[in-house]
Amino acid sequence: MTDNAKIRVLIAKPGLDGHERGARVIAYGLRDAGFEVIYTGLRQTPAQIASAAVQEDVDVIGLSILSGAHLALTKQLKEQLAARKGEDILLIVGGIIPENDIDTLKQMGVAGVFTAGTPVSQVADFIRQNLQKAA
Amino acid sequence: MKVNDWDKLVSGVKAGDVRSLSRMITRVENRADGWKKAMQQLYSGTGRAKVVGITGSPGAGKSTLVNALASELSKRGKTVGIIAVDPSSPFSGGALLGDRLRMAEVAVNPDIFIRSMATRGALGGLCQGARDVARILDAFGKDIVLIETVGVGQDEIEVVKTADCVLVVCVPGQGDGIQALKAGIMEIADIYVVNKADRPGADEVVADIEGMLSIADQGKLDTAPVVKTSAATGEGVESLCNTLFERLVHARNKEQWLDKRVREEILSLVETQIMESLLCAWQESGALNKMVEAVLNKKADPYSLVDALLPDLSKEALNRQTAKATKTIIGPENS
Ligand SMILES: Nc1nc2c(ncn2[C@@H]2O[C@H](COP(=O)(O)OP(=O)(O)OP(=O)(O)O)[C@@H](O)[C@H]2O)c(=O)[nH]1
Ligand SMILES: [Mg+2]
Repeated sequence: MTDNAKIRVLIAKPGLDGHERGARVIAYGLRDAGFEVIYTGLRQTPAQIASAAVQEDVDVIGLSILSGAHLALTKQLKEQLAARKGEDILLIVGGIIPENDIDTLKQMGVAGVFTAGTPVSQVADFIRQNLQKAA
Repeated sequence: MKVNDWDKLVSGVKAGDVRSLSRMITRVENRADGWKKAMQQLYSGTGRAKVVGITGSPGAGKSTLVNALASELSKRGKTVGIIAVDPSSPFSGGALLGDRLRMAEVAVNPDIFIRSMATRGALGGLCQGARDVARILDAFGKDIVLIETVGVGQDEIEVVKTADCVLVVCVPGQGDGIQALKAGIMEIADIYVVNKADRPGADEVVADIEGMLSIADQGKLDTAPVVKTSAATGEGVESLCNTLFERLVHARNKEQWLDKRVREEILSLVETQIMESLLCAWQESGALNKMVEAVLNKKADPYSLVDALLPDLSKEALNRQTAKATKTIIGPENS
């Protein structure tokens, strides 16, 4: 039997900042790395993101946050995911994240933090390695 | 995947658990071991949902319309499943699935479930895959399943053809009003939707379509209706919904069409299974490699290989096999 599994990724932009470019670059880059990328656009609430992630059965959620609200948004997303039995989904965060907050994010259950300018190939490799570990 | 994992998913879907639903869709889409058995288990609980295909040229406003339509259906007490199909990249095999972008309004409605699907170009094709997903949504309890595809590729058109009702979306301007319809999607429309009616030229498109239909359908009573909408504002969507319900009740040539649909599904599943079984066996044994080599070395030609490679496909052998199968499934013929 052929098993045609694909890695599915949700790229989401929570919060109020309107800068979409980084998220788009990542979305296109991950598509070119062979992933199925679901892109939901700007200003998504944590509830919307969690609901989309569960419906789409993604392996990974990538949050792009430039507004500075990353701690609060990540915490809310984690709660929303738990309420929908989606706590097993790999979570990564990218954008403008101060060095000091990286550890806090990881303690909250974020698997990887990528500051602005990280090459997409690095993100793709990180995802592949982490999913392999989980399997 | 283990057998009892499937059992858990199937009973989860039947019990209305969203996580089971989305996981089962993934497994079936991947054709993970055991998928057919799982579909068998669901099948008896399906056949209730109405499937509506929505197609049209890129950017015609299909996703925006699906969002508006789903919202209207939900207001009328219907639960809705949405399948949004986008093409896979032929180079990377990846895909960017962006239809949800226009469906934010209904994305957190608990009565609505949205699933994005890439075409993948896998064996057996998109058509059966989408049909399976629609069936899972049906078993889950959705009243209506909306399937969005771009009406460009043959595969995408096949998908909506299996729907109970097909909406073909056209827009004014850019010459893709009626032109787009000529590419083979004209014939499959049960309802024509002229979207972006807030833009100039919508009435001309309506007139074009009606003109075309009056020539094609001369004298027939059930000519497909043409409905104007502005999906972005919601204008005309209520009326579209009424037309849709009417069409779902008074489907054209229903019996004949159901027969055809089942026939096609059986054949498509059989075709896929044959190819898959052969490929799997030949890859394992290295037979295919050897045959390719033989042709390259001019020791054989592809034509004679066909008969040499295939198992016994003579009429006698096939009929013997099928007679046995029909007897076990349907019982002995009582003549
Ligand atoms: N003026 C106007 N614009 C609309 C209307 N409906 C959709 N649009 C716009 O048309 C653009 C494309 O809309 P989509 O819903 O993404 O179109 P689509 O057919 O799903 O596009 P693809 O899935 O990419 O083929 C968006 O910018 C919409 O806002 C409408 O009724 N009026
Ligand atoms: Mg779309």
